[in-house]
Amino acid sequence: MRQTRTALLLLAPSLVFLLLFTYWPILQVAARSLTQRSGFGLDNYRRLFADPHFTTAALNNLVYAVGTIVPSLILALGFALALQEQRWMHTVLRTILVFPLLIPLVAAAALFIFILLPGEGLIDHWLAPLGLGDTNWLGDPTLALGAIIGITIWKNVGYYMLFFLAGLAGIPADLHEAATLEGASAAQRFFHVTWPLLQPTLAFVLIIALLNVITQVDHIVVMTQGGPSDTTNVLLYYIYQQAEQNNDAGLAASATVVSVAVLLAISVTSLRALERGMHYES
Amino acid sequence: MTGARNLILLLVTAAALLWAIPFVWMVAASLRPDEAANAASLWPGLHPVTANFIEAWQSGQFPLWYFNTIVVCAGILLVQCVTVSCAGYAFARLRFPGQSLVFTLFLLQLLLVPTVLIVPNLTTLVQLHLYDTLPGIMAPYFASAFGVFLMRQTFRTIPRDFEDAAMIDGASRLQIIFRVLLPLSKPGLVAFAIVSVTSHWNEFLWPLMATSSPATQVLTVGLASFTAGAESGDQWGLIAAGTFLVAGPLLVVFLLFQRQFVSSFVFTGLK
Repeated sequence: MRQTRTALLLLAPSLVFLLLFTYWPILQVAARSLTQRSGFGLDNYRRLFADPHFTTAALNNLVYAVGTIVPSLILALGFALALQEQRWMHTVLRTILVFPLLIPLVAAAALFIFILLPGEGLIDHWLAPLGLGDTNWLGDPTLALGAIIGITIWKNVGYYMLFFLAGLAGIPADLHEAATLEGASAAQRFFHVTWPLLQPTLAFVLIIALLNVITQVDHIVVMTQGGPSDTTNVLLYYIYQQAEQNNDAGLAASATVVSVAVLLAISVTSLRALERGMHYES
Repeated sequence: MTGARNLILLLVTAAALLWAIPFVWMVAASLRPDEAANAASLWPGLHPVTANFIEAWQSGQFPLWYFNTIVVCAGILLVQCVTVSCAGYAFARLRFPGQSLVFTLFLLQLLLVPTVLIVPNLTTLVQLHLYDTLPGIMAPYFASAFGVFLMRQTFRTIPRDFEDAAMIDGASRLQIIFRVLLPLSKPGLVAFAIVSVTSHWNEFLWPLMATSSPATQVLTVGLASFTAGAESGDQWGLIAAGTFLVAGPLLVVFLLFQRQFVSSFVFTGLK
């Protein structure tokens, strides 16, 4: 009984802020999304799903997710496999790859504005001799999302690599030695030893990566504002737009509810996968 | 076999060089006079100048932005240390009804990150009269599920003997947490501090939405408007210098305490 009271007092500081900025906002935004001129109803959701900007943003977010996550995870795992040792060369290369993790995404955006600048920018300048000069990366509707995806990959690969490195370090060395003694090739060792034992790490990185493709929109705010013609608009940017520019609280609220639902759904699915991975390990 | 290994190392080295190019350009362009012919060069020239940094410092509000960012990061971390230590202790050492349910409620915040809830949080901020203030930028982060989880794990590794001895001497729970357990939890606290400061130093969207006046801008928000201004004038050296001023401090600290940083990110991620 005394313990319960003590626990409550110790949890109170955290609970106050969780209540104010996690639980209450969800209830509030859900209620707001159902509020319309004529009382309660689904009007905001009808408007939301009828809004071509929203459906485009949702589809773009899907492309952004797949386009970012798949290459990021493959590269991160590849880098981790190649740079596992404690040699100075490996350490230096790992450090370089982790660098982008430490800078703000807006700072990355500031650098990439010049890197992608048509004509005199870094890419165009150095690729001009190959006959590829003058590409309007951020202004071309077919290229802009790809450029944004590229920046996101550059920013996140080092972070994911750290988790894979930790995961690889957790695999007992004698498993590899035993497999080698049995005559397993490098590829066999990877697919039959490393890969299965790396499942928990993989599922974990996947959840972080999923969170990132929903929350990382800073470069979109700074570089493209969702354009050209909505090709780089994603869910969170759409929400930001409705709230800040269009002052449409109903759409902002219903879009937030949809995003939260999507986030919870994919996270729960990945967590299930994580649990399965854990069972596999034990 | 070694041939294949060398080829892989060569490929990865090439990739790492590619990864480094934005940073190399940032340093080179920031040190190059703006009138230099080629803005795309990766070489600062034989006579590097500090003119870009001086101009950036004077034309932007860097002293104010640094101050605000440091206040925000320090304020968040300070309050978090209290909230996560208390809650971490409750989950690690006490037994109470509904414990696992409350813990699950805490963990919900790991997924429902404040970034996704910017719209309702903004309403709350206005109602609390915290809009356009530094405490307003900090408030949504005062509770940290991830910190609570981390401290719970850290406290659990500390033998109970220390607390029992203090308890016999008549120490209160708070004294036990802050005088006995926290000094023994340095690795966990440092890991949490590194991740907390890094993420709030770099945060952009929430500070952008939660403020409106220049007086409350943090580094990232300031950099965005600074970049927009300099971009229209093609002042790339200036942008590079401004970016350097924003990103530099964490990069330097990272280089100095690399091992600590890496283990913190991984430790905090995997636990």
